[in-house]
Amino acid sequence: MNKPSIAVHKFSSCDGCQLAFLNAGEELLTLAGLVDIRHFLEAGVADEQARVDIAFVEGSISTDEEVERIRRVRENSTLVVTLGACATAGGLQALRNLDDSHTAWKNAVYAQPAFIRTLDRAEPVSAHIKVDFQLWGCPVNGRQVLAAVRQLLFGVLPAVVHDKVCMECKRQQAVCVMVTSGKPCMGPVTRTGCGALCPRFGRDCYACFGPADDVNTDALSQRLEGLGLPPADVARRFLFITSQAPAFHAAGLRHYRPGFVDD
Amino acid sequence: MIKEAGFLARADLQTLLDRLHDLGYRVIGPVVDDAAILYRDIDRVEQLPLGYTDDQAPGSYRLSQVDTPRCFAWADGPHALKPFLFAPRETMWQVARDSDGRLAFSAVDPRPAKALAVVGVRACDLAALALQDRHFLDHVNDPYYEARRAGLFLVAVHCAYPADTCFCASTGDGPRATTGCDLALHELDDGFIVEAASPRGHAVCDGLSLRAIDDDQRRAANDALSEAAHRQFRRLPSTDLHNGLLARLDHPRWEQVASRCLACGSCTSVCPTCFCHAESDAPSLDGNDSEHLREWDSCFSAGHAQLHGFQVRPEIRQRYRQWLTHKLGSWHEQYGRSGCVGCGRCITWCPVGIDITAEANAICADTIEEAP
Ligand code: SF4
Ligand code: SF4
Ligand code: SF4
Repeated sequence: MNKPSIAVHKFSSCDGCQLAFLNAGEELLTLAGLVDIRHFLEAGVADEQARVDIAFVEGSISTDEEVERIRRVRENSTLVVTLGACATAGGLQALRNLDDSHTAWKNAVYAQPAFIRTLDRAEPVSAHIKVDFQLWGCPVNGRQVLAAVRQLLFGVLPAVVHDKVCMECKRQQAVCVMVTSGKPCMGPVTRTGCGALCPRFGRDCYACFGPADDVNTDALSQRLEGLGLPPADVARRFLFITSQAPAFHAAGLRHYRPGFVDD
Repeated sequence: MIKEAGFLARADLQTLLDRLHDLGYRVIGPVVDDAAILYRDIDRVEQLPLGYTDDQAPGSYRLSQVDTPRCFAWADGPHALKPFLFAPRETMWQVARDSDGRLAFSAVDPRPAKALAVVGVRACDLAALALQDRHFLDHVNDPYYEARRAGLFLVAVHCAYPADTCFCASTGDGPRATTGCDLALHELDDGFIVEAASPRGHAVCDGLSLRAIDDDQRRAANDALSEAAHRQFRRLPSTDLHNGLLARLDHPRWEQVASRCLACGSCTSVCPTCFCHAESDAPSLDGNDSEHLREWDSCFSAGHAQLHGFQVRPEIRQRYRQWLTHKLGSWHEQYGRSGCVGCGRCITWCPVGIDITAEANAICADTIEEAP
């Protein structure tokens, strides 16, 4: 029997999510025995045009070239799975979408802006092609990625994680940082998958796994304001790493005013 | 029946811990950790939260230090007995495939290496334990729960320091521990009135140097408990809201509370009586082994009401209503009493401070009966 083939494609991103594969240790060897890795630059395998059963895509779509390339990935792949916050919800770079400040930022940041050929907007992969499954996180959780691979190899779509971080926080017996110290935790609206990593270390969740299902962003916004956060900070809590996820986008924009710095 | 055993001087409290360790228990007690009072392994009395007290309000918990020689001058923290018996996540069974493709299933032995002795348990948590026993032992006969429950030794502390969120007096479950423990302690400044409530409890007392209890001590202890009951200002409208709630499924308050509720499941997770769980499988990457897992679920999570192909309770309004009508209503049909023991955890640990007593009172306002 032919081994299923996979590819790992990189778009506008930091490469951190691909490391979920490289950091898998022994499991990476197991994976190499189970699948035929046809394209994965970080692992030194290059065949961008390879036809594969499963393509993992890291990064948002941020340039003309990427718009073309993601279409080819779709044509060449049976399943497309996004890997992490950039591919799934735009990532940090999508903050430039908020107030059409792309050109102003480009001119301010780069010595030779003329050489920078970026689109005005950075968008999630799903804005350009059909995506079969999304893995969230900045970065993704390596164990979750491998569990998804296993399920795809069984021929089923991976189970979708519905729960909010609070549920996992409680299963891990972490103590709620919002309740004990008034930290502006995003756990009540954020999809779990990280294992409640931040609250377990006494930090407030900053929503890198994007919105959970059935979120009540208004109720959380109100609570954040009650904790003393000015509107700019409430907006920042939603418009951060997963700003293009519709629930967070809408919630953030309710508090966001273009151009505001700090109240 | 709880019976007075004697007075244990504060300086001798260590002998109680030593005695439990000597009897082979893993001893768990309250300690200050992560800005809260949590149950942890202990072996020295110095680990207890000496001089700490708590300030609890809807959505808020703060510890502070006060001038007292006492170690139990606080109300329950976030952890109940529940996680020790109904584990937040555990493997129920495993399966492995051999080279011929045959599957071999194997059981997981849930028996702990040592039985647990928990020191500092409050009346509400004993009442919750009795309810979890009804569910996991009488109702579903759960071997995982049973294995951990079997050797459990409980040292209760009568609760003289209820938090503002507590309402055990109104559910009839506290503040005095009356049943379900092995030992019960009244804490006074200079020591503890020790009561024994089981043969094992009496046996532990035999190894302690106990003095006679005088009437002043007895009076001080009892007064503190009556005062503790009086200090509680939250209450449910009735101990039986079955008909009251089920007759008000269309009450506008459900919509109102849903606008504030995050559907985060914190309340059900900290509730010492909630028992819902989800099961899933965790196959190894090569697909040759798998573990069958059980983990805490909540009526607030999307997966809980997802049947094949459709969502039974898509709206937060329906999920909050499910929690309240089950906890305070249909538990009566299932277990002969309400599922709430008045511990107040769901109020304190709700990130937005939703108060179950306020909601129940708003919905059943017209059914309020006088508290005894
Ligand atoms: S710390 Fe954050 S994630 Fe954890 S229970 Fe509190 S609000 Fe939820
Ligand atoms: S419903 Fe709330 S107050 Fe009642 S037992 Fe559960 S957590 Fe405690
Ligand atoms: S009542 Fe509070 S703790 Fe419970 S689900 Fe709603 S917001 Fe979360």
